[in-house]
Amino acid sequence: MKYSLLSLFRQGLSGHRNWPQAWTNPKPESAYDIIIVGGGGHGLATAFYLASEHGKSNIAVLEKGYIGGGNTARNTTILRSNYLRDESSRLFEHSMRMWESLTDSLNFNVLLSQRGVYNLGHTLQDMRDIERRVNANYLGGIDAEVVSAQELRERIPLLNVSEHARYPILGASYQARGGIARHDAVAWGYARAASKLGVDIIQQCEVTGIERSNNTVTGVNTSRGFIRASQVACVTAGHSSVLAAMVGLRLPLESHPLQAFVSESMQPVIDTVVMSNTVHAYISQSDKGDLVIGAGIDSYNGYSQRGSPHINEHTAQAILEMFPALSRVRLNRQWGGIVDTCPDACPIVGKTPVQGLYFNCGWGTGGFKATPGSGHVFAHTIAHDEPHPLAAPFSLERFCTGHLIDEHGAAAVAH
Amino acid sequence: MLLIPCPYCQHIFEEEDFAYAGEAFIERPPQPEQISDQEWADYLFMRNNPKGPHLEQWIHAAGCRKFFVVKRNTANNRIEGSWTMAKAHAGKNDLLERL
Repeated sequence: MKYSLLSLFRQGLSGHRNWPQAWTNPKPESAYDIIIVGGGGHGLATAFYLASEHGKSNIAVLEKGYIGGGNTARNTTILRSNYLRDESSRLFEHSMRMWESLTDSLNFNVLLSQRGVYNLGHTLQDMRDIERRVNANYLGGIDAEVVSAQELRERIPLLNVSEHARYPILGASYQARGGIARHDAVAWGYARAASKLGVDIIQQCEVTGIERSNNTVTGVNTSRGFIRASQVACVTAGHSSVLAAMVGLRLPLESHPLQAFVSESMQPVIDTVVMSNTVHAYISQSDKGDLVIGAGIDSYNGYSQRGSPHINEHTAQAILEMFPALSRVRLNRQWGGIVDTCPDACPIVGKTPVQGLYFNCGWGTGGFKATPGSGHVFAHTIAHDEPHPLAAPFSLERFCTGHLIDEHGAAAVAH
Repeated sequence: MLLIPCPYCQHIFEEEDFAYAGEAFIERPPQPEQISDQEWADYLFMRNNPKGPHLEQWIHAAGCRKFFVVKRNTANNRIEGSWTMAKAHAGKNDLLERL
């Protein structure tokens, strides 16, 4: 069923009790052409573009939990493409352009809100880095702007742009096209669109092993039995090293808990996205009215989906440094997602030494914004068994050749 | 909050007194010019990153300022022991075998 005003009206006549299931919940077949491991945004997007742009039909997405139950629907939903290096800004800009038409292409409202993103500078060096990045963005055709402290005072009234702050705000970079989107709508929208094109979305199905013969993938062992496939693509974020270890592959990844928080709901107070690398927190206000706050990663490797409480305290301090007026706001919920950080703060998208096995991982703390672009270039990589031109610089080989893409500066969360 | 036993101070302290220092027993190849780029990349960048028991280094930054080795389960954060650098390296094979 196509979602439209008309279908909303029709379903309203029967009290909204007869909406069809958004995606099917099939039992796994014994074999597929392509198996995507991981039913997060990137995995579902990969399946969707394989089906919609590359004419592939026999695809399964295996998800160990349920759709929209992981990091995809538990992140701070910030979108932007103002990265420093050509390779990464091209990839993120590719994604940004796809966001701008995503609601139409999925026929699912992802509530894209291009309310702008500010990256604050608190030191002279911050401001030099910001100017350099904004200039690089200009050259790459990406909208960017350096904003002075005075302008910030006018644009974000709640922000403490006082000279007496402990870490005075000197200015910011601004990307007007940046913003936020509704995270679960992204998961659900891709799941529904992929399912409609015949992709089997299999939930509660955990991959426990990857079978090979002659260094070629033959299938995966799962909690619901062996499934044959000649191409297996792993899009498992924090658990990528665990999947890679199944074929004896070591990745340059470390998994860390990354915490995020939401406050109680309140009247609109912040109509944009504010990020600060120096005091280290970022904040926006969702359509529901709760403040969505992101922290830095916990320092140690971990899969516990929890994180340590002192991180909450430091994040609250950073938010209050920027917005002292929020000091009486109560936090409602906390979440620790497992993110896979890479030494150069850039993802790994591409082939592996095992024929038919692909990895899309290492997005670290900033994968949500890349969801459409990542799925798009990864689908191309799988369909052609050759990296998409935008994905080519992000191969696993770069750690051997030394061609790292250092994005520690523009990745807003320190890795 | 992790509670970490410092093997030098012989006492348990809160995580904030420490700084994490990555996977333990990563040794710089003695003859870097004689190994392949692949081996060098493996040393520099590749990590086991397991979900389960992990041997890792911490430094007691707000205490004795010494590095030591901790065995911690990354799935549930249970700490199974900590050793001074000297003891950890003397018993390295044993520690790795019992992972």
